[in-house]
Amino acid sequence: MHPIILIVFLPLVAAIVAGLGHDIIGKVAAKAITTGALFASCALSWPIFLSFVAGGAEATVVPVLQWVKSGELDFSWALRVDTLTAVMLVVVTSVSALVHLYSWGYMDEDPDQPRFFAYLSLFTFAMLMLVTADNLVQMFFGWEGVGLASYLLIGFWFRKPSANAAAMKAFVVNRVGDLGFMMGIFGTFLVFGTVSIPEILSAAPGMAGSTIGFLGQRFDTMTVLCILLFIGAMGKSAQLGLHTWLSDAMEGPTPVSALIHAATMVTAGVFMVCRLSPMFETSPVAPGFVTFIGAATCFFAATVGTTQTDIKRVIAYSTCSQLGYMFFAAGVGAYGAAMFHLFTHAFFKALLFLGAGSVIHAMYHEQDMRYYGGLRKSIPLTFWAMMAGTLAITGVGIVDVAGFAGFYSKDAILEAAFARGTELSTFAFAVGIFAALLTSFYSWRLMFLTFYGKPRWEQSEHIQHAVHDAHGHGDHAHNDHGHHASSSDGTAGYHPHESPLSMLIPLGVLSVGAVLAGFVFHGAFISEGIGEFWKGSLAFDEHLIRAMHEVPEWVKWAPFGVMLTGFAIAYYAYIASPAFPAAFVSQFGALYTFLLNKWYWDELYDAVFIRPAMWLGRVFWKVGDVGMIDRFGPNGAAWIVARSSRAAVKLQSGFLYSYALVMLVGLVGAVSWAIAK
Amino acid sequence: MSGLPFLSLMLVVPLIGAVACLAAGREQARMIALAATMVDLVLGAMLWASYDVGGAQWQFQEHASLFAGFEWKLGIDGIALLLIGLTVFLMPICIGASWNTIEKRAGEYYANFLVMETLMIGVFSAQDLFLFYIMFEAGLIPMYLIIGIWGGADRIYASYKFFLYTLLGSVLMLIAMFWMANEAGTTDIPTLMAYNFPVQAQWWLWLAFFASFAVKMPMWPTHTWLPDAHVQAPTGGSIILAGVLLKMGGYGFIRFSLPMFPEASAQFAPLIYGLSMAAVVITSLIALVQHDMKKLIAYSSVAHMAIVTVGLFAFNRQGLEGSMIVMLSHGLVAGALFLAVGVIYDRLHTREIDRYGGLAINMPGYALFFMLFTMASIGLPGTSGFVGEFLSLIGIYAVSSAVTLVCTTGIILGAAYMLYLYRRVVFGVQKNADAAAMPDLDAREWAMMVPLAVAVLWMGIYPETFLAPMRKDIASLEARVAQARPKGDAQIRFAAAHSAGHAADHSAGEPAAKPAGGHAAAEPEEAH
Repeated sequence: MHPIILIVFLPLVAAIVAGLGHDIIGKVAAKAITTGALFASCALSWPIFLSFVAGGAEATVVPVLQWVKSGELDFSWALRVDTLTAVMLVVVTSVSALVHLYSWGYMDEDPDQPRFFAYLSLFTFAMLMLVTADNLVQMFFGWEGVGLASYLLIGFWFRKPSANAAAMKAFVVNRVGDLGFMMGIFGTFLVFGTVSIPEILSAAPGMAGSTIGFLGQRFDTMTVLCILLFIGAMGKSAQLGLHTWLSDAMEGPTPVSALIHAATMVTAGVFMVCRLSPMFETSPVAPGFVTFIGAATCFFAATVGTTQTDIKRVIAYSTCSQLGYMFFAAGVGAYGAAMFHLFTHAFFKALLFLGAGSVIHAMYHEQDMRYYGGLRKSIPLTFWAMMAGTLAITGVGIVDVAGFAGFYSKDAILEAAFARGTELSTFAFAVGIFAALLTSFYSWRLMFLTFYGKPRWEQSEHIQHAVHDAHGHGDHAHNDHGHHASSSDGTAGYHPHESPLSMLIPLGVLSVGAVLAGFVFHGAFISEGIGEFWKGSLAFDEHLIRAMHEVPEWVKWAPFGVMLTGFAIAYYAYIASPAFPAAFVSQFGALYTFLLNKWYWDELYDAVFIRPAMWLGRVFWKVGDVGMIDRFGPNGAAWIVARSSRAAVKLQSGFLYSYALVMLVGLVGAVSWAIAK
Repeated sequence: MSGLPFLSLMLVVPLIGAVACLAAGREQARMIALAATMVDLVLGAMLWASYDVGGAQWQFQEHASLFAGFEWKLGIDGIALLLIGLTVFLMPICIGASWNTIEKRAGEYYANFLVMETLMIGVFSAQDLFLFYIMFEAGLIPMYLIIGIWGGADRIYASYKFFLYTLLGSVLMLIAMFWMANEAGTTDIPTLMAYNFPVQAQWWLWLAFFASFAVKMPMWPTHTWLPDAHVQAPTGGSIILAGVLLKMGGYGFIRFSLPMFPEASAQFAPLIYGLSMAAVVITSLIALVQHDMKKLIAYSSVAHMAIVTVGLFAFNRQGLEGSMIVMLSHGLVAGALFLAVGVIYDRLHTREIDRYGGLAINMPGYALFFMLFTMASIGLPGTSGFVGEFLSLIGIYAVSSAVTLVCTTGIILGAAYMLYLYRRVVFGVQKNADAAAMPDLDAREWAMMVPLAVAVLWMGIYPETFLAPMRKDIASLEARVAQARPKGDAQIRFAAAHSAGHAADHSAGEPAAKPAGGHAAAEPEEAH
């Protein structure tokens, strides 16, 4: 048996056992089974990945079961393992295993833990089905499966109305993207007569330059298909226009945010574009469209990230922005760089989320950074982990020497955008540089607000509850400073505690990843001769890679410069001159409000789609069905009958017989015809 | 094939049960009904097992001349086999759903169900035009009585509407049948399916049949009887109404309209597309604003049935097979959803969505099943809902991208109304004490839910079990309607390959221009 079978199906089996059988096997066993399955999957995945890095492995497809066969349309459940899959395998199983472990500590007090762990494992299974898909429909299966798991996990605390609303929003907005994905699959089948990815990719160049009728107009065939499929990617990867669900998804428990809404599921769109990259390369327009959307998202999300006060929402917008980087990398043809950023981002963004979770855990579920401050000394290990993550995301590193993970991948993207040299790619480069400045700013803002300065905890309702509860339980031993002392130092007498080992180990492992992932693997992912590594599992352009290495020095140093600038601004605003943010806000109130309200996308959609849909529903119901169809249809008929017979009462009791009469007439007719024959 | 007259046995067993029910008290009647439906289920399983997939088109044929040239003629193909399978599968569940709720005139109630089972199986197995007609129309009488006698407060209005709509269609269909029998000189359905009616006559014959089938589907705008009927019907009635009765319209299209009037079908296809698109959008939006659980699911049924009709009138393999799978899937899923509503209705006696909430806390088992069926209704891959919807829509895409786009919006709206329902009923806080006190599923309810869940997942993961029996029959139907198939709006062209100006106006890409590796000509019309 190929290990991929175990890698993919162990999490499923664990999810079923833990989800359905936790009453029998118990809570601890349910957690142990799911976590154990994920560590086993992870242990089996790394050798596969390393064998691809070493260059010895070949792509294989492991068939599982026939799925649908209808005429020419014929596809099966099958697991594909090639370089691209192998990259995703280690990302998904590693982060998932660590998140499972982390959840032992984070979710310790939750009564529904088996359900949580079952959902996490179910998610992992669906994600693995997505990345091992050999045909578009199985990819869609994984796509929807992760969507379901995301829905269930965002709404995990289902008693909270906001969590339910966020879960539903995530599912429905994703379905808008899925509309594009499905139309893309339909179109692909129409054009190529197959949904098998390898067959489509090999046939795609032959369709370049042809035109197809779509919605009454004629378009370039490959452009139509790629853009439809990309709309699916926009939904899952929260790109501008379909991004509104991602920040609301932070309603879910923080381990979920780390696994699903940072490291894995939201990168599925990037994976899809890379998987289908030979197809995108045949369209004259689609890569440009991808570049534009990616750059726009990158900019949009980074601007919003600078104003949010909820620690998780800052990281969520950061994720959205980083996904934009990945997309415009793909759009300019640097698919390897896109995948590399996906890979490094998975580690440092999962780290940042889990670190944020550790902060939230220490701060009694307070998520508002305005009520943090000075936490460096209370939770030093979490602080250092977050520091590693911040150094990685801001891309700290010295050109041609060494750096943290994000340094390699983000710089590669920016260099590729510059080297591509088209108008759109230059636009993307400029946007990317500016977003890098914002990234550095909001990341350091997060660090400074959380870990530096004086504690501002006493204004937090959560902390007040915590302190109150401690008093309520008569636990004065913890408050030896007393009330008066606490109010002056801003701590309200609260003592944050470092998280348990089950949470610190994942932070440690991911920190190593955030520090080293770029340095160790950049050779494989983005150096010249990457053909050896990718082996045709994505499209790449040797010229572009060579050009990337020959960009001017200032292009190489520009990210470094803006990174320092962002740091300096954040340092000035939040450490050196803490009055500055308030002054800035009063000066540029409109801009601040615009950003704080996320460019008003939610309000726009509410006005344009949601309320009109509800209104239309009521109109179609009350005016259409009741007011028109029923009124002139059955009720009208009843009125006529009632008038002509002047016996409405008779109608009510008599219509049973009239029906029987009609039947009888019919039967008599049938029989008489038969006799006449 | 064994020599047993399976079909006649399957028709007779429920009838015997029905007679026995009439004579029995409540306790015995439900046992008799359960036994009879279980025997039919076993017979159905044996029928399926001994059906020769890929063998003769018509199997298990039985023939007996009755009085005056009237004929008892039965036989099934794969399409009928699947729908009979659905019927016998759902029937015991209907009986189970009625187990504790029917107090009044229980014997008659169960007798009605058993008679209905006979007539449903009769509809799907009749091979004589008039035998079909009798079964088809008579099958509605028990349903009509179930709503009218055991229904809710407004049952009279609901059954009146049900009657009025179906009356209109059936009269026209009967007249058309007389004409056809005269013209073709036979009432044998297989013969009629191959008979070439004059194109002019097809036009009004098609309309006459359409009147009947469109109401049964139901297609917009003749759907307004369905929400009322569902709301008023007892749970068992709703399950069989959504599960099997709505499939008679689709079966009618497959068995009559398409093969018998292929030219007229092609001509009227745009009408079907228009009504179906309207149904998907309008009824989905209406479902979004419902306060009554059953009404919501009833409206969603109309939207799902619209996917069936577009798939059928795509005139290709994927569309036709997809439509069949949608029908089977909807039978299971809508049946299961009505059952799920029935489960909590039995406890709280209200269908008002706002009276519930937080059921995940006190009814976790129920929440799990409800989630599965919700996802199946939404068409999540891995459930039956996806396979059918996907095939139907991929089929219609070959005809029109615009129709496909409008119909595919159903996946967004469907998710919206179903998740909104789920959120209000199962998630949230327990705001009503009586809803919070409801116990989780009991053994009887588990016994009904589990088979449905297994079937939904089976059809989603390995639909081959259901695709294989009908493959040959759909192929011959496809061949029959191939002449009617529209050209499609895709029309891939290679501008570069044709230097001459006329090529740009040519309707389809030349085969020579196609890449060797690709398979651009999924649709034969492109080869011309």
